[in-house]
Amino acid sequence: MQTSDNPFSTALSLIVNMDSALLSIVQLSLQVSLMAVIIASVLALPLGAALALWRFPGRNVVIVALNALMGLPPVVAGLCVYLLLSRAGPLGEWGLLFTPTAMVIAQVILVLPIIAALTRQQVEALHGEYAEQLNSLGLSRLSMIPTLLWDARFGLLTVILAGFGRASAEVGAVMIVGGNIDGVTRVMTTSIVLETSKGNLPMALGLGIILLALVTMINAIAHIIGETAKRRLG
Amino acid sequence: MNKASAFIFAGTLGLTISGTLMAADDDYITLASTTSTENSGLFDAIIPAFTEATGIDVRVVAVGTGQAFEIGRRGDADSLLVHDTAGEKQFVADGYATERLDVMYNDFVIVGPSDDPAGISDSETVVDAMQRIAKSESPFASRGDDSGTNRAELRLWEDAGITPQGEWYRELGSGMGPTLNTAAGMDAYAMTDRATWVAFNNPQDLALLYEGDEALFNQYGSLLLSEERHPHLKHDLAAQWHEWLVSEQGQQAIADFEVDGQQLFFPNAE
Repeated sequence: MQTSDNPFSTALSLIVNMDSALLSIVQLSLQVSLMAVIIASVLALPLGAALALWRFPGRNVVIVALNALMGLPPVVAGLCVYLLLSRAGPLGEWGLLFTPTAMVIAQVILVLPIIAALTRQQVEALHGEYAEQLNSLGLSRLSMIPTLLWDARFGLLTVILAGFGRASAEVGAVMIVGGNIDGVTRVMTTSIVLETSKGNLPMALGLGIILLALVTMINAIAHIIGETAKRRLG
Repeated sequence: MNKASAFIFAGTLGLTISGTLMAADDDYITLASTTSTENSGLFDAIIPAFTEATGIDVRVVAVGTGQAFEIGRRGDADSLLVHDTAGEKQFVADGYATERLDVMYNDFVIVGPSDDPAGISDSETVVDAMQRIAKSESPFASRGDDSGTNRAELRLWEDAGITPQGEWYRELGSGMGPTLNTAAGMDAYAMTDRATWVAFNNPQDLALLYEGDEALFNQYGSLLLSEERHPHLKHDLAAQWHEWLVSEQGQQAIADFEVDGQQLFFPNAE
């Protein structure tokens, strides 16, 4: 690909001439990160809510651990998943290393603590407000979970977006477990690393601008949905 | 129950999409190779010819040679194409591969700031050049990542009778491209394979200062992995790739690959 020295015009010409290779890279990036966020949300929202409502020994340890895992270095998550999925590892039979599925697994591990920890905090605050009403209705803690999650949904949307931001921005994990294979596991961030290592700095930055634009777009859509829903509820 | 069904829906959706992500045909092999071959564009040039001849696609994981060996040892790639002859022979001796073949070579060159503060450009030998860099304590950027290039560089220091250490010797622990980016940024000398150098687009003030010594010869070898040790690998397909590389057609494809009109890899299969 011919590039100019200006990353912005490079980004622009990449978008204008959107070739199939770039399109598949963008598509895979979104697929992997959205999938990771969906799976992580399904697991982490109830988990975070449960952690907010139940009192059990060691609860504080779990909370601190979850909070700390929000800072888990992607490359460490990637390494763990690599060792797990490697042929010599416990799940090697599955043959998942160097596939998009492996990348999703690694990103779930990165995103899950963020969503769980922030959900815990939000639901706990909400529960503090509503505890009396909920108790007077005679609701069990288990049945409070959906109610509280639903009431906290606008805040939780931001939580999920934070998770998506983490997933779409990281490169350390997907590089190790995906292998940056052309046409198979190459995503936006690994392309940026590759172009940088080739010394194609404007191209690398151009791809970065496109990634940022995509993430901005998704955040804008989520914001609009949230605002519209809020307004409709009056 | 509304939310529960929403969760089930999301879960199903998840499985569907991950199902599509996993779906792939089996006519491919995973090749662990080096960044120099990938970054220069060699694979983009020769793999289509191989795929056309055999119907087999090759998925390249480009890493340092040290990491490529580790991937091979763990059984995570079907084939290896690397450049550390001593390490490759050890790999065969350890029983991880059954055969090693010479495929091609290129050479290493020494690059550095264009005003050449250590004056290496008129060195007699590469060992002489390394001694001049060490003596003048000019900054030298080393890969420091146990790659084939890094191992070759360390052998040269040993030949020069120098233990590289001190503020001038900077171990970066990164790939060839990032090392060149850093060397350009701090006006340091660096040893690089010619392919990566020619295809590199951010030289800034770096220039090629020393080349041509036989000690800078950089041999690439293909390894046929052991079926006994890793029975699950695609040995049949990998063997076709291994043999194609050294076939007349494969050797020609390697010779035909050029960047800016310059041939970067020289086939030398026996």
